[in-house]
Amino acid sequence: MPEAQLRVFRGSPGSSGRLVDYDVPVEEGMVVLDALHWVQAHLAPDLAVRWNCKAAKCGSCGAEVNGRPRLTCKTRLSDFAEGEPITVEPMRAFPLVKDLVVDVSWNYEVNRRIPPFQPPPDRPQETWRWQQEDIERVQEFRKCIECFLCQDVCHVLRNHETERPFMGPRFLVRAAGLEMHPMDTADRTSHLKDEGGIGFCNITKCCTEVCPEHIKITDNAIIPLKERVADRYYDPIQIAWRKLRGRGSETGPAADDGNAP
Amino acid sequence: MKETIERHPHDVLVVGAGGAGLRAAIEAADQGASVGLVCKSLLGKAHTVMAEGGVAAALAHVAPADSWQVHFRDTMVGGKLLNNPRMAELHAQEAPDRVRELERWGAVFDRTADGRILQRPFGGHSHPRLAHVGDRTGLEMIRTLQDRAVGAGIAVYMECTISHLLTQPDRVTGAFGYWRATGRPVVFPAKTIVLATGGVGRAYQVSSNSWEYSGDGHALACLAGAELLDMEFVQFHPTGMVWPPGVKGLLVTEAVRGEGGILRNKDGERFMWKYLPEDRRHEYAATDEEATTWVEAQSAARSTDARRPPELSTRDNVSRAIYTEVREGRGTEHGGVFLDISYLPAEHVRRKLPSMYEQFKELADVDITTGPMEVGPTTHYIMGGIRVDADTGATTRQGLFAAGEVAGGMHGANRLGGNSLSDLLVFGQRTGAGAAAAAAAAPELRHIDPIQVREAERDLSAPFDRPGRADPHRLHEELQSTMQSQVGIFRTEADLEEAIRRIGDLRSRWPDIGISGGRPYNPGWDLVFEVRNMLIVSEAIARSALQRRESRGAHSRLDYTEPDPAWARLNSVVRLADDGLEVTTASVPELPDELRPLIETE
Ligand SMILES: Cc1cc2nc3c(=O)[nH]c(=O)nc-3n(C[C@H](O)[C@H](O)[C@H](O)COP(=O)(O)OP(=O)(O)OC[C@H]3O[C@@H](n4cnc5c(N)ncnc54)[C@H](O)[C@@H]3O)c2cc1C
Ligand code: SF4
Ligand code: SF4
Ligand code: FES
Repeated sequence: MPEAQLRVFRGSPGSSGRLVDYDVPVEEGMVVLDALHWVQAHLAPDLAVRWNCKAAKCGSCGAEVNGRPRLTCKTRLSDFAEGEPITVEPMRAFPLVKDLVVDVSWNYEVNRRIPPFQPPPDRPQETWRWQQEDIERVQEFRKCIECFLCQDVCHVLRNHETERPFMGPRFLVRAAGLEMHPMDTADRTSHLKDEGGIGFCNITKCCTEVCPEHIKITDNAIIPLKERVADRYYDPIQIAWRKLRGRGSETGPAADDGNAP
Repeated sequence: MKETIERHPHDVLVVGAGGAGLRAAIEAADQGASVGLVCKSLLGKAHTVMAEGGVAAALAHVAPADSWQVHFRDTMVGGKLLNNPRMAELHAQEAPDRVRELERWGAVFDRTADGRILQRPFGGHSHPRLAHVGDRTGLEMIRTLQDRAVGAGIAVYMECTISHLLTQPDRVTGAFGYWRATGRPVVFPAKTIVLATGGVGRAYQVSSNSWEYSGDGHALACLAGAELLDMEFVQFHPTGMVWPPGVKGLLVTEAVRGEGGILRNKDGERFMWKYLPEDRRHEYAATDEEATTWVEAQSAARSTDARRPPELSTRDNVSRAIYTEVREGRGTEHGGVFLDISYLPAEHVRRKLPSMYEQFKELADVDITTGPMEVGPTTHYIMGGIRVDADTGATTRQGLFAAGEVAGGMHGANRLGGNSLSDLLVFGQRTGAGAAAAAAAAPELRHIDPIQVREAERDLSAPFDRPGRADPHRLHEELQSTMQSQVGIFRTEADLEEAIRRIGDLRSRWPDIGISGGRPYNPGWDLVFEVRNMLIVSEAIARSALQRRESRGAHSRLDYTEPDPAWARLNSVVRLADDGLEVTTASVPELPDELRPLIETE
């Protein structure tokens, strides 16, 4: 049986981690996560790995494989040349818990602060009618499995490990999914600009490249949100118009496309 | 010894953050209870996230003839009338409201041409009934509930495993567990506890289930003195992947057949025609042409007089058919059969089954728009579970509640596809309300017995004192191979007795398990307690299966191949006795008079 040479990060906070080599027998179709499981069952039962579905559906198993953020349950061993060592390391943008497991709790904090879905109080649900074409974009955003690979690859988050000034691509995707929901009436523009730090994104598109759900994070979510923020805060005509009407947030960003019957 | 264990008291503690646990937590919080929600993995990763095909609810958007009465009948007939009729009734009546509620909370389901929630057909359902989002319905559901729960300010304790329930003679008083990241113990005193821990599939070798499915809630309830119901009924889903080996067992959603997928053996024969039960044949198409007419109508979301294809027979039946085809030498090279949807336009297949398309492309190098998939049965779901009161989710133990896959009674001998997600919502909501009401009626938090806590702690640390002894992985593998080969789709007395003997042997070796490494995030250590739970659950399954000397629904005996009228109105009951698990029977609750005609006219 051919063998794969796995080089796996082992370590805990406070100790200097190291890469440990494991030779793993390869079966057809095997993915990196299978190889890690084999190591757990035969060589290192305490190897910490986070996973659930092994089907690319839950977003638990993200790690950096040969330096690239990937789902280990979706990364085939056959993608690598025979004899080429396969290095598996934890996502670097988050604090280490142990081995391949990192502390992603910051993401849950960011998520909690995004203003939630808010349907119009005066539109009874029985009257809600949406065409499939109108929700395809929102459904694209709602495909996100929260693997946080995009967060991991984003240089803004990677470079600010402790004081992150930016909510990161995952939560811009979530915000976009709410903003473009046909029935949402909340206004998240100021949240995106201030707390969310959307201005930090300089559209390098690295996040889009790693998204296992193929969400067009930058083109479809971030750029339109940036436009909304710019319209609101920097467009002189909009500013004048708002002054004229004497109200700060009259036109919620989703109101125009959302309230059409 | 001084107690310094971290404590988090709550009125209601919900164990499990899948669909059932989240819905229960939201409801209990809405009723004013202080709620804690504990889960073994991260929030949003529970098994519910993997559900694909849809959630069943008689919204009647696609088929105006649908109603809760028809849904009730389909559920009872699919469950071979062993279901708790009150649960099936509440489920059918309330599922539409629960689905609409999700939409109100922000879920975005696929739409009909007139802009309402679209519904797709599934096996055993008389009408297109499953609200869905492509083939990622579970993700939509869990995200919606998760956002709602977080918005409601519910305290979430994630990556925290409950290993023991704490009790007083008259009731449960709390739960004991550990933080996986640090290995440190934690106690949750609670007035009431809701178990929503999901299923047991990891006791089998070939399964669509994740590592979390070790029957923790079933085992905890049993150890705390509650009863388990109908544990012999394990659902083997007909279509799991069979190749390559690393993905063996991974689910191929029934939506593939709902969208028109055709099953063929290696000779190209559409074999399901042969396996339709005579008394149901009239519900299925008579010819390939009629089946095709049905598929075309369905793709265009219009109603039709054509009857559904034979592939949409109930899961127990399709699984047995595939198993038999393979055993009789008509299987594929890798021991499965072919499932083909490639005759439909590629664009349609990619839009309706995006994650199946990806799954086969990425993991098996198969393009399902141009060629067939290879599939075979996989352990998928347990109909059996903790015995509960239909209206409130109360178990037979005071203060303890259960909802979702871990609860029993709703699905009888066989669950229909899509009826689990709706079960989670309906009974999650009811159980959350039930647990909150019981907590409100309870005077105050009860005293936590320090001896129980100390014993639980000792249980946790014991495996570290025995490094190099029995290895949890080996015990687990032995258990899986026993369950797979002797408590699988087809069962016999000799096999079941042998399985019970082997499980007993494994149980006697369990206290010898030793592990290495430290407490923080140690999967070997997690496995020690999961093996304990799986052993209890496996024994319950094997003993119940041995007791039921007949074939019914998902339980097929080679030595008793027919349903036996003497068993027709009996549920199996398992409880802990002094010398191990005790199996008995209980009568299926009577069908109320007003529901009787629904079943009898069918
Ligand atoms: C691949 C797949 C596809 C499916 N598709 C469908 C479908 O289309 N339609 C349908 O109706 N049904 C479907 N099902 C079935 C359905 O998804 C499950 O039955 C359902 O999601 C179970 O939900 P639950 O809330 O009971 O538990 P789960 O969602 O499994 O949640 C269990 C929770 O309990 C926690 N937990 C477990 N043990 C412990 C412990 N000891 N301590 C702390 N926490 C613990 C877990 O962390 C998790 O949060 C599918 C199942 C699978 C496997
Ligand atoms: S495009 Fe923006 S969000 Fe995405 S990786 Fe680059 S900076 Fe980060
Ligand atoms: S947007 Fe894509 S990469 Fe980012 S968390 Fe979601 S699925 Fe993962
Ligand atoms: S384990 Fe779920 S995405 Fe990999």
